[in-house]
Amino acid sequence: MAMAKRPLSPHLQVYRWQWTMALSILHRATGCALAAGTLLLVYWLAAAAIGPGAFELAQAIIGSILGQLCLFGWTFSLYYHLCNGIRHLAWDAGLGFELDTAFRSGLAVIGASGALTLLSWIVGLSMGGA
Amino acid sequence: MAGLSAGRRTGKEGTKHWWVQRLTSVALVPLSIWFAVSVVVYAGADYETMQAWIGSPVVAGLMVLLIVVTFYHAYLGIEVVLDDYVHHDGIRLASLVLTKGAALLLGAVALFSVLKILFGG
Repeated sequence: MAMAKRPLSPHLQVYRWQWTMALSILHRATGCALAAGTLLLVYWLAAAAIGPGAFELAQAIIGSILGQLCLFGWTFSLYYHLCNGIRHLAWDAGLGFELDTAFRSGLAVIGASGALTLLSWIVGLSMGGA
Repeated sequence: MAGLSAGRRTGKEGTKHWWVQRLTSVALVPLSIWFAVSVVVYAGADYETMQAWIGSPVVAGLMVLLIVVTFYHAYLGIEVVLDDYVHHDGIRLASLVLTKGAALLLGAVALFSVLKILFGG
């Protein structure tokens, strides 16, 4: 099959860096991080299914400093991808394309995902969990 | 055919891909909010608490939905990322197959674990 030399996206290097573009890349980055994070989810569930010993080990690993850092990254990635995903669904419905609206919805996404991450950790830690 | 034409699908496949990605993302809005809240509550749970939680039919059912939709959505997302960044046809095709295999395997292990807890294996 003859291969057409079509340009392949994305051409990040030809654009001036912009706020909205950084947010767009972060959507993809958090999506990849969440895909990797499914490993932790599967391990957690499998350990719970195997037995008390395996589950205690899993909880100890998740409770370690490295585990908590991963979990922190996971919570932010989840909230960011969720909030920005809703922003994407609005765009798919043809809403919010105006430049200043897109800029402000981006700020709202950052604010909401930051606030939800902090809230989750404050509640989680105060419940003695994690 | 994914991977065989410089990362481009036929128009029909592209539309379906786009649409399923949207359907799964809409389903994941309530499911992931539920799961995030659950992780906050159960992150430090002991073994018995965890068994009782996942062992309830409603939680197990939601967990099954979450697992199926999450791995489907994740696969569709990674597929687009591979199409965008892996320009070598052979490597891209191999990565796509590996990703699909990993998604199926991880999803199966997660589903099996939930069902085992539900039916008290």
